[in-house]
Amino acid sequence: MALLEVENLQTHFRTPEGINRAVDGVSFHVNEGETLAIVGESGCGKSVTSMSLMRLIAEPPGKIAGSIRFQGKDLLQLSEREMRAIRGNDISMIFQEPMTSLNPVLTVGRQIGETLRMHQGLDKQAAEARAIEMLTLVGIPEPVRRVREYPHQLSGGMRQRVMIAMALACNPKLLIADEPTTALDVTIQAQILQLMLDLKRRVGAAIVLITHDLGVVAEIAERVMVMYAGRKVEEAPVAELFRSPRHPYTQGLLGAVPKLGSSLTGAARRLAEIPGQVPSLKGRIEGCVFAGRCTLATDLCRQVAPGLEEKGPRHIAACHYARKEAAAA
Amino acid sequence: MVSYILRRVLSTLPVMGIVALFVFSLLYIAPGDPAAVIAGDQASPADVERIRQSLGLDRPFLVQFGTWLWHILHGDLGTSIFTNLPVASMIAQRIEPTFSLMAITLVLTILVAVPLGVVAAWKAGSWVDRTIMAFAVFAFSLPVFVVGYVLAYVFALHFDWLPVQGYTPLAAGLWPWLQNLILPALALGSVYIALIARITRASMLEVLQQDYVRTARAKGLGQRNILFVHALKNAAVPIVTVIGIGIALLIGGAVVTESVFAIPGLGRLTIDAILRRDYPVIQGIVLLFSFLYVLVNLMVDVTYTLVDPRIRY
Repeated sequence: MALLEVENLQTHFRTPEGINRAVDGVSFHVNEGETLAIVGESGCGKSVTSMSLMRLIAEPPGKIAGSIRFQGKDLLQLSEREMRAIRGNDISMIFQEPMTSLNPVLTVGRQIGETLRMHQGLDKQAAEARAIEMLTLVGIPEPVRRVREYPHQLSGGMRQRVMIAMALACNPKLLIADEPTTALDVTIQAQILQLMLDLKRRVGAAIVLITHDLGVVAEIAERVMVMYAGRKVEEAPVAELFRSPRHPYTQGLLGAVPKLGSSLTGAARRLAEIPGQVPSLKGRIEGCVFAGRCTLATDLCRQVAPGLEEKGPRHIAACHYARKEAAAA
Repeated sequence: MVSYILRRVLSTLPVMGIVALFVFSLLYIAPGDPAAVIAGDQASPADVERIRQSLGLDRPFLVQFGTWLWHILHGDLGTSIFTNLPVASMIAQRIEPTFSLMAITLVLTILVAVPLGVVAAWKAGSWVDRTIMAFAVFAFSLPVFVVGYVLAYVFALHFDWLPVQGYTPLAAGLWPWLQNLILPALALGSVYIALIARITRASMLEVLQQDYVRTARAKGLGQRNILFVHALKNAAVPIVTVIGIGIALLIGGAVVTESVFAIPGLGRLTIDAILRRDYPVIQGIVLLFSFLYVLVNLMVDVTYTLVDPRIRY
């Protein structure tokens, strides 16, 4: 049995202009200790998916439907109290903005320690001792001094390390990382990714990594799920996906990554791009969600939504023409 | 921290100096001749002149100011023109009721207004929020004396739960003391409660949008902890500021409240002194209240550094 099984997840928001289907029928699973990356461009529903897993969507105006089974329990059926016991303990989260995600008026030690006091019943001293231990683990120098400091006294990279220490303090089974490196310098990004991998091995946690950075995906994910306009359009093991992407959207994403050694100067050397924009999620989209931007789209695509089909070993994609395209490539 | 407080105390000295100059100038700005008032209706111009000389009112302005300031720095606020008693001891007799009233009002306000504002922000847009805010607008628009008379009528006359008026010193016991202050404090505090509840709500609404509140929820913390520790501490700076500024409201309101509830405090003394043009008494009271206001705002500045570690001077 998988650690996390998400079945037909639908997260909709009621807005004055109609219902916004931010996540519309997404299913996936995460095995114990596995790293799953969810990729897609801004507004495709990645972050809403991750917030839905933790039930951190405000209801109303939001509404989460479907099922999210974690260790066999459907999280959507739990009371708020039962859910609180899971948040930060069995499932924890790292956010994109280390500068604003830590509370500026509480010490770092207190912020790490309070999850331990809350979920594991440690007393104040024990929680502080464990906080120092966690700071050491995430590679913060002088942890005994740092534990009494406030977030503004730390750099961005340090703060993200603190976030990681906080998230891993209770040895969670699942870590959801929402763009954990996006706001950081490239050199710091690599360090933070390495740290996440090291700690994941140590703690044995599974990771759901939300990102739009395919470089990060290639480096740490085992399996990749591509989202577009609130739906899953492709899923495959990481090597397979990079070798033979089947969905035209995934191909577009990979084509838009600059390659080392290729020159971008000169008119012909323009970086590939996906024309157009993500469609509005208000109101139902007829046919394939990507049809409006797809160069291969036909009338069939505009009328009938393609289902997810097996396109290769453990490789699924939602496209009427994917197999053909792969054969031609 | 200690050096910061010292520097702040030193910086209040010029402020107090300017206040003193202004308070002293009252004598010259205000209409009417104190010497003529003291002398009474039947006095001859010669009598008025004699009184003027005996009070030193004929000497140059700066000399008068210098002498006055010198005495104040030695704890001598002068002598009442009317009662011939030292102003300092007149104030000392009346200070307990007024300060008791203000202290109780302050405590009551913070205990009521801050939780109301927090809950209103948490339940923003709901009927709870709307009820609290409607109450705030209502309380804000009623004058102190109206609230005071209504409270006295309902809780003292009709239900007979609390005394209608008067004051019992703290020396007579905590409950008798408190009993006489509950209604006046509610009357005096109603505007203040409304003001602080609104500021708390506005400040909390902004803080609740912040990323670190989402982090706190993602950690599985309880709602009360998130609201009153993680959010309120961040929202505290504007709230503390308005609490400090609101002390001015209390000072003005205390004068009216004391009249309504017949409390023998500084408010009554002020009114009597103004009616009699008893300038030394007026000056002494204004100086005391100014000093209190400066002191409270000094405390507010120090409180900032306690609630927000990013504020350092």
